[in-house]
Amino acid sequence: MTDTSVQARHVPDRLNTRAYRTFRSWEALLLAVAIAIFIINSFASPYFLSAWNLSDATFNFTEKAMIAFAMALLIISGEIDLSVASIIALASTAMGLALQYGAGTPELVVIGLTVGLLCGAFNAVFVTVLGLPSIVVTIGTMSLFRGISFIILGDDAFRGYPASFSWFGQGYIYWVFTVEMLLFVIIAVIYGVLLHKTNFGRAVYAIGNNPTGALFSGIRVQRVKFILFLLTGLMSGVAAVCLTSRLGSTRPSIATGMELEVVTMVVLGGVNILGGSGSIPGVVIAAFVMGLVTFGLGLLNVPGIVMSIFIGLLLIGVIALPRLWAMYAARRA
Amino acid sequence: MTTQTAPNSPLTSPVVSMDMITKTFPGVKALDEVKLDLYPGQVTALVGENGAGKSTTVKILTGIYFPDGGTIRIDGDPVTFSNPNDAADAGITAIHQETVLFDELSVAENIFIGHAPRTRFGLIDKAEMHRNATVLLKEIGAPFSSYTQLRELGIANKHLVAIARALSVDARVVIMDEPTAALSHKEIEELYELVETLKSQGKAILFISHKFDEIFRIADRYTVFRDGAFVGDGLIADIDEDALVKMMVGRAVDHIFPDRDSSVGEDVLQVVGYAHPTEFADIGFTLKRGEILGFYGLVGAGRSEFMQALFGITKPSKGVTKINGKIRIIRSPADAVKNGIVYVPEDRGKQGAIIGLPIFQNITLPSIGRTSQRGFLRLAEEFKLAREYAERLDLRAASLDQDVGNLSGGNQQKVVIAKWLATQPQVIILDEPTKGIDIGSKAAVHEFMAELAAQGLSVIMVSSEIPEVIGMSDRVIVMRDGRIAAELAGADLTPETLVRHAAGITATPESVPA
Repeated sequence: MTDTSVQARHVPDRLNTRAYRTFRSWEALLLAVAIAIFIINSFASPYFLSAWNLSDATFNFTEKAMIAFAMALLIISGEIDLSVASIIALASTAMGLALQYGAGTPELVVIGLTVGLLCGAFNAVFVTVLGLPSIVVTIGTMSLFRGISFIILGDDAFRGYPASFSWFGQGYIYWVFTVEMLLFVIIAVIYGVLLHKTNFGRAVYAIGNNPTGALFSGIRVQRVKFILFLLTGLMSGVAAVCLTSRLGSTRPSIATGMELEVVTMVVLGGVNILGGSGSIPGVVIAAFVMGLVTFGLGLLNVPGIVMSIFIGLLLIGVIALPRLWAMYAARRA
Repeated sequence: MTTQTAPNSPLTSPVVSMDMITKTFPGVKALDEVKLDLYPGQVTALVGENGAGKSTTVKILTGIYFPDGGTIRIDGDPVTFSNPNDAADAGITAIHQETVLFDELSVAENIFIGHAPRTRFGLIDKAEMHRNATVLLKEIGAPFSSYTQLRELGIANKHLVAIARALSVDARVVIMDEPTAALSHKEIEELYELVETLKSQGKAILFISHKFDEIFRIADRYTVFRDGAFVGDGLIADIDEDALVKMMVGRAVDHIFPDRDSSVGEDVLQVVGYAHPTEFADIGFTLKRGEILGFYGLVGAGRSEFMQALFGITKPSKGVTKINGKIRIIRSPADAVKNGIVYVPEDRGKQGAIIGLPIFQNITLPSIGRTSQRGFLRLAEEFKLAREYAERLDLRAASLDQDVGNLSGGNQQKVVIAKWLATQPQVIILDEPTKGIDIGSKAAVHEFMAELAAQGLSVIMVSSEIPEVIGMSDRVIVMRDGRIAAELAGADLTPETLVRHAAGITATPESVPA
């Protein structure tokens, strides 16, 4: 099709300029949507344009986005982890248990992150060593991890986290800027660099586009996937620390349904649910879009159940849109 | 060539007669005005090398492909098959190399799937279905009941189910495409008996096989194709193996291969005693610097399987690889690349190119360690490397950041070869390097292969194209049934010897005048 070259021996590096490619991208469209929502919200509610309200609104997405960055890499590689919200529950429960035995803030953080990593490793073994489909494995561990929390806690809750522990979820760095915002930015940069600037990121794209071809190209496919599951587990651990710190308590129902919002955020950010393409800047913008929308709906007193309907519609819409567009384009051609 | 009299049947007019059939695919003429006649109560063997057009013929006969030109006649009347159902209605049925069967269903359900007898309420009449199935199974001497679950059967018995299914549609013409490929000796004997039964029922049988012993054992007639063209036909009784081999391969080499100075250097790769539980055994050879070693064999001889084991994709059960005299353990493609062995696979789309990634990223993928710095990408270096190899291979593309999936087959192949050369390997394995690419790119690939060998790279070329094998190789290893059948070089390397060793023809080569 595009194989239109004539006798050109010299093949140019690129045809389009960087500016053109950026302008035509999904990320650019998403950014326009984010700005539009911001403007609509500021007209819809007089309380929207307040620095403190906006700062509060970021809690709607910072914890989810931390997981979403790692999840983006995992989905680009062609896998998925649906157990992330349950990992939060288990990590939070483990922290609560440790608290009962007198653990201090540093120990609590280490325990939260370690449980996250272990859960990620558990998923990874089933997917990369036994070769099982990740969607099935992580649906299983989604029930398993949260089930353990329920057994330990029942109807109880762990409370009484130390004051210093509340810094992660309730602390401010400067003025309206929260600790979670800082973590969000740091993690976004780390994953952006990892995916877009390193050999590891290149391997992730290669695996997502063609796992067999990647293997035949000398990439250690299973090792890369193992690391991606570890990272997703670790990020769930980080989110568990932040969320537990913010709520100040652990219940087994903590973060229920969050996996759906994380996946929606990733897909809204332009990551192909079938793997192979997507970017971290896209996920960053998608995080803002979802945060602004839920915050806007909240200001308008829309009940939570309607919001979950909205999230569901958003997920289906974003997945269906490229297909519909392709069908429309095919008919016009 | 011979007179048109049937040997053991009073009927002399064909049931099916294909005449002047032509079929063109983009860039390739698969069939060029071929003819093929099938007679009732007789077995016609269709003989030809890989790529001669046998499979295309079967697909046209069974309504999967629609011919571009020519006529198909049944009992003398012209017919057109616009879909597989038309062919089935005309009584033509095929038993393919891998017939699709359903493991979770019973034998009777497998036989009658799609055309099960119905009750008056439109439901499947199970009793009737099992009655009919039992009759069919008895007819072909199957040793199992119609109620058996398919997954409980072995491969040979599954084959019987496929045959029963073919017969359940009241076939007049039965096409058997390499039916003995997966069968043991005893099962093959049983298949021969079955063929005799079908003959006695007056069915016309088209038998496709690479094995000469079975062609001479059960066929009554032969038809030979070569490169999509009809070469000849006649009665098996009037021809011997040597003449048939000559018809299959005898051609003027129609393609000029590059002249090569075949002086080779020291040993680079030594393979000793490679074996795999099911695919191959006892593979050992030495590859020298600057040598092109050809691997010839029939489909299923285990060539690709062995190469993939050498490259670390599959695990051999035993075997040692020595590179430059040192033992190297290769457990993954990453290990192989590290040790200077690279593999250009046959399945370009799945295993070779990473479609979805741009050309330059495809080229640099295995060399990323060299273009990057401490694990961080350096795009300028990547473009430099990609540019260098794109130019060396004369890649035709709009730009280097174009998706490799938008390139033609030949140019995709150049990208795959470029990506491996960029790793600066010692040994390059090319698996069917020119399969499915146009003549122009083919010549370019051959030219380039010769150049690489001249520069001291050792090349292993797996190929099923006899002219390519003979034209390019310094030495050829012929594989048959997972083992090395022969090693040929110099004057011994002829189309006839290749075919003989690959097919396991035992007649003495001395009887063939060179």
